Amino acid sequence: MANRIQINKEFVDIMPQDYLDLVESGTYETPNRGWKDFGTATELIAEHSLCAGCPESIAFRHIMASIPNPEDTVMVGSTGCTSLVFPMIAVHNIHSLFGNQNAIATGLKRALAVRFPDRVKDVIVLAGDGATVDIGLDMTLQSWFRKERFTTICFDNELYANTGGQESGLMQKGFLAKMAPVGKRFEKVRLPEIARESGCDYVAIMTASKPSLVEKVIKQAVLIAREVGPTYIQIYTPCILEIGKQSMEGLQEMRTSEAPGERFKFREFISPEAQSFLDGLAEKKKAEKIATTT
Amino acid sequence: MATQTDSRVPQIGQRNKKGQLITDPQELFLNSTRTPYFLTGSEVIREAVRRSSVDFSVAYPITPQSEASSLVGELYAEGYVGDYMRGESEFAVMGQCAGAAFGGARVFTTTAGPGTLRAFENFPMWAGSRLPIQVVFTVRGINSPLTIQPDTLEIAFMLETGMLLWHAESAQDLFDFMLKGYYVAEQPEVHLPIGVICDGFFVTHTKDMVMMTPEDQALPHYDPYRSPVVCMDMEVPPVRMMRDPFVMKSNYISYMTHASWQLEIRAAIERSRKHTIPLLDGLIEVENGDAEIMLVASGTAVSQAREAIRLFRDKGERVGLVKIKTLRPFPTEEIRRATEHAKHIFVPEFNVAGWLAREIKSTIDRNHRVVAGPHVAGGMTMPPEIIVEEVEKHMAHRRNKELVHG
Repeated sequence: MANRIQINKEFVDIMPQDYLDLVESGTYETPNRGWKDFGTATELIAEHSLCAGCPESIAFRHIMASIPNPEDTVMVGSTGCTSLVFPMIAVHNIHSLFGNQNAIATGLKRALAVRFPDRVKDVIVLAGDGATVDIGLDMTLQSWFRKERFTTICFDNELYANTGGQESGLMQKGFLAKMAPVGKRFEKVRLPEIARESGCDYVAIMTASKPSLVEKVIKQAVLIAREVGPTYIQIYTPCILEIGKQSMEGLQEMRTSEAPGERFKFREFISPEAQSFLDGLAEKKKAEKIATTT
Repeated sequence: MATQTDSRVPQIGQRNKKGQLITDPQELFLNSTRTPYFLTGSEVIREAVRRSSVDFSVAYPITPQSEASSLVGELYAEGYVGDYMRGESEFAVMGQCAGAAFGGARVFTTTAGPGTLRAFENFPMWAGSRLPIQVVFTVRGINSPLTIQPDTLEIAFMLETGMLLWHAESAQDLFDFMLKGYYVAEQPEVHLPIGVICDGFFVTHTKDMVMMTPEDQALPHYDPYRSPVVCMDMEVPPVRMMRDPFVMKSNYISYMTHASWQLEIRAAIERSRKHTIPLLDGLIEVENGDAEIMLVASGTAVSQAREAIRLFRDKGERVGLVKIKTLRPFPTEEIRRATEHAKHIFVPEFNVAGWLAREIKSTIDRNHRVVAGPHVAGGMTMPPEIIVEEVEKHMAHRRNKELVHG
């Protein structure tokens, strides 16, 4: 049971049940929280309004289950399908404009550092590919150049889903879409490589098909952003509507796209500084394990 | 919780890390000993920020505010400002300011002309998100071909953003408006962004005598937990903010939410009056209020109008003046009363559009009395003789018409 996240006794009888559930059986201040909590703990995300079977909702659940300390995490979103989910997640989150998410996160992270110099306050950006790579690319890159200490997650569905399936920079070349009436004429933007060259200390490209992998990547990314430098994760969350799939076909689409040689085969880049930080963490964990077993 | 009772945040009567005494705002504004300084407007901006306990400031160079925003950087290096950075564009800068304000910081920035327009999408977002950010607009031309000349046209674009807008006549106004602006903008029942406007070059790049509060006294820190909306720092128990995102709903509840929120922003602007009136000694200032010919202006056009009144006085004619200090809230009733007996109302402006004349025409009765002009634009100065000439030309025209038709 959490200590900081408590409910005022005067309000217990008037608060909705799902709020009481969050306080009673949520996973705030649970050091080893993760996707294994599904089914036994109240999740930080509930009743999203995405399409049935949307892989974005799967990715969202895995991420919310994996962030290391939700009780001190503030998230920044942008316009798009993710902005339909954010109002229903149980950590503070900001939507302001389309594409400015990394500028918002920059100011937010710095303000929290000024106000809470002795506390950990994580900032995580979660936005679609239009927001991250097209309209917001300037602010995405500049935050990396400046080595801002937060994680950027891009839900890559390779198009503008919320406005009805228009061409985006992360769309594959040749794909026929609205605003690409004869097929997209240029290659999918290689943002993971650009991220590496722009100063990110950790970069991963993946799908949301494997919850354990999502959990590991999210935890690494948030911890590295906290201690070393900016991190970037690009997750394939196909828009099943716009690529002509059925509700139950999202998972298979992700699996197909992460096969060897495919564009979402899992790859990660870890800077030497980030690697040495991760090694330190692993050693510490090992020492703790030895201490508890002896 | 990092509230104002947090031991890290110095309270009224305590000293901050720079040794400044945190002083009750009313005491600072009204009773502190003022000392004259001879400074440029840019230096005045620095001195106001020094006394404002600013947590975060973002800078981006654009003439004529570049000097001011780099001087704020020097304050950061000296330890007066919590954090400071150069943004990558005005759109990004205003987002960075918003992020910091969402996170509970007192924020300062400044921009001008094309920068204001590049940032524009942010301003109604700031107001809608109830972020009490202060931005100083050192207004300049926005036309093409490229210009850096003084011009107040950009103010017309700002009027319906939901921000408080105060227009400084002088460096003294600029200093006072900046300090008092934070106090009013951060009131829980107001809690809106504030644009303190000064005319580029005429105020920023000229030296003037300014009576300043002591350097070793500063405003109390911003308390984000007095905000009418939740501070995004995870220090209060999280809730799911809403069950249905309004963006996707086309129903009565959605319409009502958006409509009432817009009305609330406008109501908050009006509620700022009761805090502003005592601090600024009214939203307008009137000189020769009984004159038949009144000049109504804001910004440095007020100073030129004062000179024009002096020229008229030398000719034995009595002309009055209404100085508008706040454009939002707009002093509608005050202007109506001040011009009630006027037969002719002239509105001199440093822009080609005459937006202030339009505002006045749309709010006073018998608005045929309003003459939109004189206008200068593109960086021209407005010698008081132009105002005199405009008035005399108009009056002569009226007399001729009366002779012909009378």
